[in-house]
Amino acid sequence: MFAVKAMPVNDPSHGFCRDCLALQRGAGPRCHACGSPRLLRHPELYKLHLAHIDCDAFYAAVEKRDNPDLKDKPVIIGGGKRGVVSTCCYIARIHGVRSAMPMFKALEACPEAVVVKPDMEKYVRVGREVRSMMQALTPLVEPISIDEAFLDLDGTERLHGLPPALVLARFAVAVEKEIGITVSAGLSYCKFLAKIASDFRKPRGFAVIGEAEAVGFLAEQPVTMIWGVGKAFAATLESDGIRSIGQLQRMDRNDLMRRYGTMGSRLYHLSRGQDDRRVSPDHEAKSVSAETTFDSDLASTTDLVPVLRALSEKVSARLKKARIAGRTVVLKLKTQDFKTRTRNRQLADPTRLADRIFQTGMQLLEKETDGTKYRLLGIGVSDLSDDERADPPDLVDLQSRKRALAESAIDTLRDKFGRKAVETGYTFGKGRNAHPPEPIED
Amino acid sequence: MRVILERSNLLKSLNHVHRVVERRNTIPILSNVLLQANGASLELKATDLDLEISEATPASVEQGGATTVPAHLLYDIVRKLPDGAEVMLKTDEDGNAMSVVSGRSSFRLQCLPQSDFPELSAGTFSHIFRLDAHALKGLIEKTQFAISTEETRYYLNGIYLHTHESGGKLMLRAVATDGHRLARAEVEAPAGSEGMPGIIIPRKTVSELQKLIDDPDIAVTTEISDTKMRLTIGGVILTSKLIDGTFPDYQRVIPSGNDKQLVIDRQSFAAAVDRVSTISSERGRAVKLSIADGLVTLAVNNPDSGSAVEELPADYASDPIEIGFNAKYLLDVAAQLKGSEARFMLADAGSPTLIHDTADENALYVLMPMRV
Repeated sequence: MFAVKAMPVNDPSHGFCRDCLALQRGAGPRCHACGSPRLLRHPELYKLHLAHIDCDAFYAAVEKRDNPDLKDKPVIIGGGKRGVVSTCCYIARIHGVRSAMPMFKALEACPEAVVVKPDMEKYVRVGREVRSMMQALTPLVEPISIDEAFLDLDGTERLHGLPPALVLARFAVAVEKEIGITVSAGLSYCKFLAKIASDFRKPRGFAVIGEAEAVGFLAEQPVTMIWGVGKAFAATLESDGIRSIGQLQRMDRNDLMRRYGTMGSRLYHLSRGQDDRRVSPDHEAKSVSAETTFDSDLASTTDLVPVLRALSEKVSARLKKARIAGRTVVLKLKTQDFKTRTRNRQLADPTRLADRIFQTGMQLLEKETDGTKYRLLGIGVSDLSDDERADPPDLVDLQSRKRALAESAIDTLRDKFGRKAVETGYTFGKGRNAHPPEPIED
Repeated sequence: MRVILERSNLLKSLNHVHRVVERRNTIPILSNVLLQANGASLELKATDLDLEISEATPASVEQGGATTVPAHLLYDIVRKLPDGAEVMLKTDEDGNAMSVVSGRSSFRLQCLPQSDFPELSAGTFSHIFRLDAHALKGLIEKTQFAISTEETRYYLNGIYLHTHESGGKLMLRAVATDGHRLARAEVEAPAGSEGMPGIIIPRKTVSELQKLIDDPDIAVTTEISDTKMRLTIGGVILTSKLIDGTFPDYQRVIPSGNDKQLVIDRQSFAAAVDRVSTISSERGRAVKLSIADGLVTLAVNNPDSGSAVEELPADYASDPIEIGFNAKYLLDVAAQLKGSEARFMLADAGSPTLIHDTADENALYVLMPMRV
């Protein structure tokens, strides 16, 4: 497809052009072949193989692709009754719009923005197209979400006839041409820095962080750049006088462990650019859960129980499909003022039954229905195992076997006649909250 | 308060009461032990609001009074004092601190006022009976292992103690189950226990009680109401809340129609189970028993590491059967059996199995099989 394919590339002093992939032997600021200024030069460019790819303003980009009228307008994806921005295009970002911002604020900042309701099915479809293009590059693709993934291109050079950096650049060009959206890529020697790199020159970015420069580069960065350092933890660090990663680099490992526990060890290693996590394509789920945000806040048991039941059934269906079971039931609630409460309870045996998840969730929920208004409820299981040992017959609870049998009968009917063929009294006729939309399979 | 007492007496009493105190407490006073000196004794008391243990120990009281100090701290100090030492406990004038003086060692502990110490009011008891410590210890030891730790079914988190008439005799029964196994032990009901309410004794109380009965020859006075129990064991008084719940109808669980009898040497069976289960990766893996004429074959198959098989001679004459059990549960039961042989009564691979102690007809165990 490209002329460069046959060219041997191993001289680190040669960069390449990100638009036409032409090799740059000289040191000029523009490509000798196409005149583009998007040149990539780096001493470790042809050695690095760990990549992070992230689609730029993914939902907005897909909408702009499908509706050329939107091309030069600020576009915000979001809506529903709980208006928050889920994605916005780069034009909207110039006006100060950010994702997760309440819609009214976003429109205050950018009144001319076009608001588009999210079409999740479409995004999943496009996300899959991008992913299958990644999987053509290497089997080691670890998706993190619908629009981003880690790729390990180690050992693919002979297959592609190109070093990883060029494979990535060719991929970015191909996505633009074939799918019509742009991506940003980060190339480094570990996951942590690859992710930072991909975020560096967004959109249409391609950044490289080499092993030699990692420590020096990190020293200048704020602690929030470290994976797992959120607002709360950053505040803790700040109160200890730590703001930059450089400060962490000067600290002793034991001291960090003493102060921050296991997170301290992570800070120690990541601040020094040490990250040995591998790219694992079949990343196993640690928990299975489902949650829903209500149209209006709910407080009473009468309102919350149908939702809990519906979500328990959803979780159970996913467990059964994957032939796994979970031993810890986790209830999640978000209050009106956005405080999250999670409560969990360990069972004697792993379960995959909606009935047990629901009953356990009920016990946890009972203690939380104290008049507090909630905007979100979620239920899930963690501590996963295969379902071989799940829900063993019980000596004492003789009803449990009957309920399990009833549940498997319901499952059979639903498989045959659809999800609404059989409902329990908990959800029947209980309105929209008790009937969340079908999950989108990703 | 100013008292002098022997280190050994103080240590013995502290040993009895300090375990009640949880290591982590959000309410400061619950970390403390209450010390009350009057007459010729020092009374020590500790509580976690569900369970209270108190004991009076001889002391020479120079000045009566009371205070509270951190229980584990005091225990650790006294434990490290030399054998045969005398200890003086003395509170400051303002009552904010207490000195512990022994020989050349001297400690000062911060106090909290005794008026803050919570009282677990016992109320009135409807039933009182005396049971010899040996019998009580037996009831506990044979059933304790089967107590559930599952919070969801809190009513299984203890031993169900109740009276039951069998064969024209009134028996005092202890039952515990976690849904996978059940243990039942009984003794002849002591006078005074007739008509007592069935009570569920919480796990922590059971475990403290078991440790308190070190002299099997004394009689334990047991007092019971619907919500609390009080046991007097020598000089120690244990008061406990009971689990407020209904224990399931366990009688329905105990199979009566199991007709396949297997009699096997207990020790070699336990040793064989222990050996073959070495191959299983995690605890709780199934051991498959293939039982045929005169022979039991134990097998464990772990796809990750391999397999193990062992054969044992046994007394069995019924149709061959294959059945799986949790190895740990088999070992737990085997550890309780006193007789040289274990007697299994089986029905089929999916039904509860009965295990009898050939030396103790008052003990009975039920195991739920596992799928193998």
